[in-house]
Amino acid sequence: MAPLATRPAVTVDLTASSTREVNELLASSEAPKALTITNPRGAHALACGLDAELEVTIDGDVGYYCAGMNKHASVTINGNAGVGLAENMMSGTVRVTGDASQSAGATGHGGLLVIEGNAAARCGISMKGIDIVVGGDIGHMSAFMGQAGRLVVCGNAGEALGDSLYEARIYVRGTVASLGADCVQKPMRGEHLTELKELLHAAGIGADPNEFTRYGSARTLYNFHVDNASAY
Amino acid sequence: MNNPAPGLRESATFDRNVIHEIQRAAETGIYDIRGWGAKRRLPHFDDLLFLGASMSRYPLEGYRERCDTDVVLGDLHAKYPLHLDIPITIAGMSFGALSGPAKEALGRAATEVGTSTTTGDGGMTPEERGQSKRLVYQYLPSRYGMNPDDLRKADAIEIVLGQGAKPGGGGMLLGQKITERVAEMRTLPQGVDQRSACRHPDWTGPDDLAIKIIELREITHWEKPIYIKVGATRTYYDVKLAVKAGADVVVVDGMQGGTAATQDVFIEHVGIPTLAAIPQAVQALQELGMHRKVQLIVSGGIRSGADVAKAMALGADAVAIGTAALIALGDNSPRYAEQYRELGSQAGFYDDFQDGNDPAGITTQDPALAARLDPVEGARRVANYLRVLTMEAQTLARACGKSHLRNLEPEDLVALTVESAAMARVPLAGTNWIPGAAGHV
Repeated sequence: MAPLATRPAVTVDLTASSTREVNELLASSEAPKALTITNPRGAHALACGLDAELEVTIDGDVGYYCAGMNKHASVTINGNAGVGLAENMMSGTVRVTGDASQSAGATGHGGLLVIEGNAAARCGISMKGIDIVVGGDIGHMSAFMGQAGRLVVCGNAGEALGDSLYEARIYVRGTVASLGADCVQKPMRGEHLTELKELLHAAGIGADPNEFTRYGSARTLYNFHVDNASAY
Repeated sequence: MNNPAPGLRESATFDRNVIHEIQRAAETGIYDIRGWGAKRRLPHFDDLLFLGASMSRYPLEGYRERCDTDVVLGDLHAKYPLHLDIPITIAGMSFGALSGPAKEALGRAATEVGTSTTTGDGGMTPEERGQSKRLVYQYLPSRYGMNPDDLRKADAIEIVLGQGAKPGGGGMLLGQKITERVAEMRTLPQGVDQRSACRHPDWTGPDDLAIKIIELREITHWEKPIYIKVGATRTYYDVKLAVKAGADVVVVDGMQGGTAATQDVFIEHVGIPTLAAIPQAVQALQELGMHRKVQLIVSGGIRSGADVAKAMALGADAVAIGTAALIALGDNSPRYAEQYRELGSQAGFYDDFQDGNDPAGITTQDPALAARLDPVEGARRVANYLRVLTMEAQTLARACGKSHLRNLEPEDLVALTVESAAMARVPLAGTNWIPGAAGHV
C-alpha cells in the first residue's frame, strides 16, 4: 500500500457510484489522500465515520449526517448541508460554504466545524468539546445542554440560546433573540478575546473579536434545587 | 406495616403510604426520586399458566430429550449477527449508575453462559469491553462518551428511544455519583446532577431515524445488528415504525423495567405492563411479515424461567434482565440488613440507587462500597442465576412438547384473570374466551 501522502487525488461522481462505495473507499487502506465527490444530490451519510487524515471535497449539496463522527479528516462541502452535519465529530475540520440544517455539530467532541452561511436550530446541541464557527445566523435552542467547546456566531442567534448550558462557551456578534435557562451574558476578558481571535482565524473569517459578546452558564442548575423549579 | 388497633379505619384512598408521601413532599418540596421499576401490582406473567402436554400433546423427556435455547439476533441486515447460547440477555445499565465491579461481573457472567450484556448511558469502559464477549452498545440521546471507536468495538448497537420505567423521559444521574472518572467519561463537571435529554439531538421521528440507522451502518460497515429499544406505551405503532426505520432487533421494555434514578410518579404512572406490550409487538411484526426476521427482545419484570418461557410463548425471541441481575449480584441482600436500616430502608425494599450509598457496592461510585463486590464472585452468582432461568424455561418447554424454547406459542398458555387474558390475548383458563379478540364479546 502506498503511503497516504503519495497517493493521487481521485474524483468520484455520485451518479456513477453509491454512497456505500464511496464510504468504503474512504475507510479502506487504499483511500486516496484527497477525494472529490461530485453530484452528491443530497446524499445522506456521505463521508461519515472517516478516521484518517484525508482531504474530502464535496461539490454540491449533501443530506443528513455528512461527515458524521469525523476523526482526523478535512471535509469541505461546496454547497449546503442537511441535518446533523458533522454530528459527534471527534477531530479534524469540516467546512460548509453554504447553510447547514438542524443540529449541525451536535454532540461533537472535538475538531472545528465552520459553517460559512447560516445554521438552523439546535446548532451545537449537547456539544462536548467541538469548536463551531458560524458565519451567519443560528436558529433556536443552539448549544442546548452544551457541555464543552466553543460556539462562535458572527450573525444573530435565535431563541433560547444556550439553554441548560454546562461548560460550553458561546460568542455572538449580533443580537440574541433570548437566552435559555441558566445561560447568561459574561464579561469578555483578555483570554476570551484571544481564543475568539484564534477561532475566527482558524475558520478564515475576518470578524473583529471586540464586536462579540460572551455567554456561558450561570451554573445555578448544576444541582437540583426546588427554588429553581420554574427554570426546569 | 403494623395492623391498626381495632376501631381504627385506614382510608383506602389515603392509606399510610399516601399520607407519608404527602408529608414528605410538604417537608422537602421535591418529588421522590428512586431506582428500581414500578412497584404497584400489575397484570404480569404470574397471571398466566402453561398447558402441559397430555393426550393431545406429546411431552419431551426432561432428562433425555433436547430442548435447545440458542438464538440469533440481527441477521436481517447485519453482516455479523449475534449468536447467543441462551435467550436471556443483560439489559443496558450504565457505568455510573453501576459500579465498575458490578459492570465487570455482569460482563463476566454473560460471557460465561454465552449471552450478551449491554452498556448504558455514559459510554463503554475498557473493563466492560474486556470482560464481555458479546457487548451491545447503547446509543442514547445524551451521547455521553459516544465515539466511533467504541461503536466499532461493539457487537451490536442499541438505539435507545426510551425505557419501560420512564417512556418519554430522559435520564438523570445525581451529583453524588458523578465522580472524577464518570465526569471525565461524560465530559461533565464533577459533582453536577447529570441530565440526559429525552430526545435524540440529531433526529426527530421515524423518517429521520431511518437515515440515522444508515449512518450508523455506514460507520460500522454494515457489520453490526442495530437494535431499537422502546419503553412500552403505544407498542404496536412503535414496533411497526422501528421495523420500517430499519431495525434488526426491537427491544420492548415494559413498565416494570428498572431505572437507576427516576421520579416515582413517572415510574408508577407511565407506560404499560410487559404482559400487555408483547402481543402488540408480535402483532406488529406479524402484520409486516417480520416476526422472527426482526427479533423481539422483551424486558421488564423477568424474574424466573417461567417468565422467560411465557414471554417467548407470547412471541418474544429473547428477554433481557436488569433488576433481577442486580439482585443476583447481591442487591438487597440480607447480608447488609443493618446498613439498609441505617439508610432508612430494609433489605428487600432498598431502591435508592440514585444516592450512591448502596451497601452491596452495586449502584454506587464510592470506592469503598464498590470494593465490597468481588466481580468474580458476583459473576458466579449471576451466571448461576442465568443457568437456573434457562433450565426452568427448558423444563416448561419440554412439558409443552417443545424441542426449542422458541417453539413455545400462545396456544400453550391460558390466563388466570380476565385482565391478563385480554392483555396477553390468551384464553381465560378453562374457557376459550379471549376478551377483546375478534369473535368474542
